[in-house]
Formats: sequence, structure tokens, C-alpha cells
Amino acid sequence: MGNAFWCIVEDDRKGQPKRVMAEVLTEAGRLSGGQAEAVWLTDKAAPDGLERLAEWGASRIWLLESPALAPYRGEAWVPVAAALVSAQAPKAILGPVTSRQREFLARLAARLGVGFAADTVGLELDGDTLVATRPVYAGKLLSKVTWAKTPWVASLRPNVFKAGDPQPGRAPVVERPSFTVPDATLTLVERREEVSTGLPELTEADLVVSGGRGLKGPENFVILERLASVIGAAVGASRAAVDAGWRPHRFQIGQTGRTISPKLYLGFGISGAIQHLAGMRTSKVIVAVNKDPEAPIFKIADYGIVGDLFEVVPALTEEFKKLLGK
Amino acid sequence: MKILVPIKQVPDTATQVKVGSDPRAIETAGITWIISPYDEFAVEEALRIKEKRGQGEVVTVSLGPDRVKEALRSSLAMGADRAIHVNDPAFAEADTLLTARALAAVFTQEAPQLAIFGRQAIDDDMGAVPAQVAELLGWPSLYWIMEAAIDADGKTIRAGRQVEGGLEVFEAPLPCVLTAQKGLNEPRYPTLKGIMGAKKKEIKDLKAGDLGLAPAPPQISVVRLEALPPRPPGRIIGGAVKDAVHELVRALREEAKAI
Repeated sequence: MGNAFWCIVEDDRKGQPKRVMAEVLTEAGRLSGGQAEAVWLTDKAAPDGLERLAEWGASRIWLLESPALAPYRGEAWVPVAAALVSAQAPKAILGPVTSRQREFLARLAARLGVGFAADTVGLELDGDTLVATRPVYAGKLLSKVTWAKTPWVASLRPNVFKAGDPQPGRAPVVERPSFTVPDATLTLVERREEVSTGLPELTEADLVVSGGRGLKGPENFVILERLASVIGAAVGASRAAVDAGWRPHRFQIGQTGRTISPKLYLGFGISGAIQHLAGMRTSKVIVAVNKDPEAPIFKIADYGIVGDLFEVVPALTEEFKKLLGK
Repeated sequence: MKILVPIKQVPDTATQVKVGSDPRAIETAGITWIISPYDEFAVEEALRIKEKRGQGEVVTVSLGPDRVKEALRSSLAMGADRAIHVNDPAFAEADTLLTARALAAVFTQEAPQLAIFGRQAIDDDMGAVPAQVAELLGWPSLYWIMEAAIDADGKTIRAGRQVEGGLEVFEAPLPCVLTAQKGLNEPRYPTLKGIMGAKKKEIKDLKAGDLGLAPAPPQISVVRLEALPPRPPGRIIGGAVKDAVHELVRALREEAKAI
């Protein structure tokens, strides 16, 4: 068995790996003593995309490039990856939590007959085994799990694992093994792009501004959007705001929405129901603004202001403008 | 068309959960149990497909101890035709793969044309079982479905899955595994008639042996559950809005280094 920790590359579908791969590669390198290897299934890998993977810590890149691998379909990816696993016997297979990897890694683990831990927030070696930490029960508890055998398959929650400093100029070592892609029965009919908000994607954003019932109506989200555009944040919403029809469901943060771990979360007019906390509890710094001093969100907030968000948000927007020289 | 809907009984989100005397499990005394919310979207979608086609059968299936009957009964009250309860202590510490193997065996016996799961169960939030059942059966799978439509012949399904920045609509031959995302539909409440009728519907009990499954060890084991580490106490910033906001921005920059 090899000692390599594989990192399944998430890309932007245009040939560039996503920034979250720096986190996965850094963690894999830390656990394997520098044997983090990228495995990239794609129809198109840009040369500077390969360089970025090397700079982020990939000691080797397994490039599986074929038009038949796009768009992602589990039936096409899993046999290709499983064949490479048989040949190379990696010790672990890691990937970020993304729409396709949450399905792909689970299918791959089933094909290999090994365990899979989804949405981990911590990984530690314990002797010969790996122990993963995962939030469970709406984030109310943490579960430590371990594997019966290798390869250990796990997905990593974005923005939780620390990305190391890139090593500029590090040359990529690229392997291009031969492989065949089985015919997939799934056919892509259309891809509907969301109307761009001009703001970052919720699950990828370092900064998130979020609004709840306290916004009083859909028209008032514009004040949060103004604040968000000043600091470059994504805008999310609580279930109450989504269920009221003020924001589309894709903006919902919480147990029945998106799970986020930004560097800074700013919640306005959000009470902090358990199901909302489940989606943002692992944020690094939490700021809450609410009229009700008893709102549960203050219990987990690092900074709180008890007050009217319609006064606080515009004032805060101006203050950030001053700070950032905008 | 036969549609299988695997469901899981989980603690209500609002229920307090504590680590039990066996630290690998929660204390179950005093817990309110519900059908995992995403599974209700799955049951609803299956019922809508059946109603639209004017024929078919919706079968719910669940693994777990005796209490799981209650969740299956609720799905029958919503309108499912019958239910299957895999009730065997052999699955007490089942991981996703053992659960998937048990479900795949049920699928092989029942031979449905379609399976709809919830996106994930809200207790362990793993979201792996649907993909693993599909892999074991060699079926295609589509995760986080926001819309679904079956063609008139009942041979293919067209389903839109939520991905970063959009929706990808795929066409898949049946049989196929789907997982339901919130927004797919609005689950119905059981009517009084539905609740009364559910009492007469069949819940079939199955053991591991009935499914031809030999005992196997889990591939993932829980070492222990832990309470969350406490967050350092926060600070309420008082004073006039202008001053409070100024202090907040200063603290975010200088103390928290968050901006």
C-alpha cells in the first residue's frame, strides 16, 4: 500500500482548480508528510491550473483528461477513479464538499468497499488509523469516526482547514495514465445559470452578510446587498426569510439550506434558531445585530449590537467604507 | 410504476440532544422523533408522480428499531401505499455502506423503477446512502433535485440538480436514484382520512436473513460523540449606534482580524 493522500480536484469547469483545493492539499500534505497528490478528472486542465496545484502542495498530479468526463457523472467518474486506486493504492482519498463530490466520494467508497466520512471539520492520525471529526445533530454535537481499512475516504468542509502558503514556481509533476471512460447513461440536457448577483458564491465566500425576519420584507435586502458589496461579501438568509418568499432557497443558510464557514459572518434580524445555527456555527467570527437582547444568536456571537438593523446597517456600511477607503 | 422511498427517523431539530451513557450514541430518553425533513420532500414527490400518472405504487422503507414504525406509519398517512421495516439488531451500528447494502437488497426484491431519497438525514448529515445504493445496483444517481418529470412511457426521467451557480438538468433512463432538495415541492400534511387509512396499510417486517445478508462489520465506526467546545464569551457593544458601529469595525479589524 502506498502512503499518498489523494485530493480529488474541484475545478471551475473551465480548466482551473478552485481555491478550496489549497485547503485540501495542505491538510493532505500535513497528514502524509508531504505526499499530497492531486487527482484531476476533467475535460480540460489549463497548464497554469496544474502549476497552481503544485504551488498549493501537490507532490504529483494524476491527470485524467477526457471530453467524456464532463459534465460530472458518477457512472463515468467512479470506474475511472477506482481503476487508478487499484493500481496506485493510495492511503486516503479526500475532496472538498461540493455538489458533485458529495455524490462522487460516496459512490467511490461503495465501489471500493471502504468507509466514507462526509463533511469533516477535523482530521488526525491516531497510530495506524485516521480519526475524523464531523458535526452531527444540527451541529449540536461532534462525532469522532474512524475507518476499518484504507483507503480512508472523506470530504472536507470548505473554509475550515487552513491553506498553507503557496510555493511559487514549484514545477508540477504530472502523470497521465491511460484509462477508458465507460458510457454514461445520464445526458445533460441544459445548464441554467443563476442570475449573477455580482457577489461571491455563498459557500465559497470569506465574508457573509445574512438577513432574517427582522428585515421585514424582500425590498429591504437591498441594504444588506449594499453592505455586502462594500466588503465583498455574499448575502444569505434565514429560513424564515426564505419561507416568506423574500429570497430564493439557494440563499438559505441552515440545516435545510447551505452550510457555511466564513471568516466573518454578520447576521441581521436573525434570532438564531437551532436549524440556522447548524448552517453557520463553524464561522470563525460571528457578529449579530438584533433588537431582541434575548435572541439566541447572541449566545454564539463574538460581537453583538442590540439595536435596530435599519439604523445599524447603513451606519456600518459607511464605517466599512471609511476603513477600506471606498 | 413502483417508486421506493427510503426514509429515516431522526430526532426533531428542536430536541435537546446529549451524549448518552455509551459515548458513541445519544441519550434517547425524552427525544421527539420525526421523519427526516428531506425525506418528506421525497415522499411528496413520489406521491405526485403517482398521482400525475394516475397509477403506480409508492413504497416507503426504513431501517431501525421498533420506534421506526411510527415514521413509516406517518408516511402511509401522507399517502404511501405500503411500507417495509428492516428491523434487526444486526444493523444497530450500521454505517452508510451496510445501510446501503440492506437497502440495495430490498431494491432487488422489490424491483422499483425509481427511488427517491431525501438529500441527507438530519441526524448524521452524511448524505452518502443514496449514492452508495445506486453504486451497488449500478444505477445512475442525481443529487439535490429541484425538479423532476417522467416521460409518458415511464422510461426516462428528466431532473434538475442544484449545483454551484445554477441548475443542471439531466435525462436519465429508469431505474434511477434521486435525492430531494428543499424547494422540490411542499410536502402535504396527512389528512384525518389518511391517518385512519394508514392503520390498515401493510408494514412488512424484514430481518437481515430475509434479505440474504451475511453479518458484516461496519467500515466507519463512531469512536465517541462530544459536546461542542464552548465558544469564547462574546461581547455586546453598547452605546449610540454611531459609536457602537465604530467600535465594532475597530474590533473586527484589530482584535478579530476578520476584515
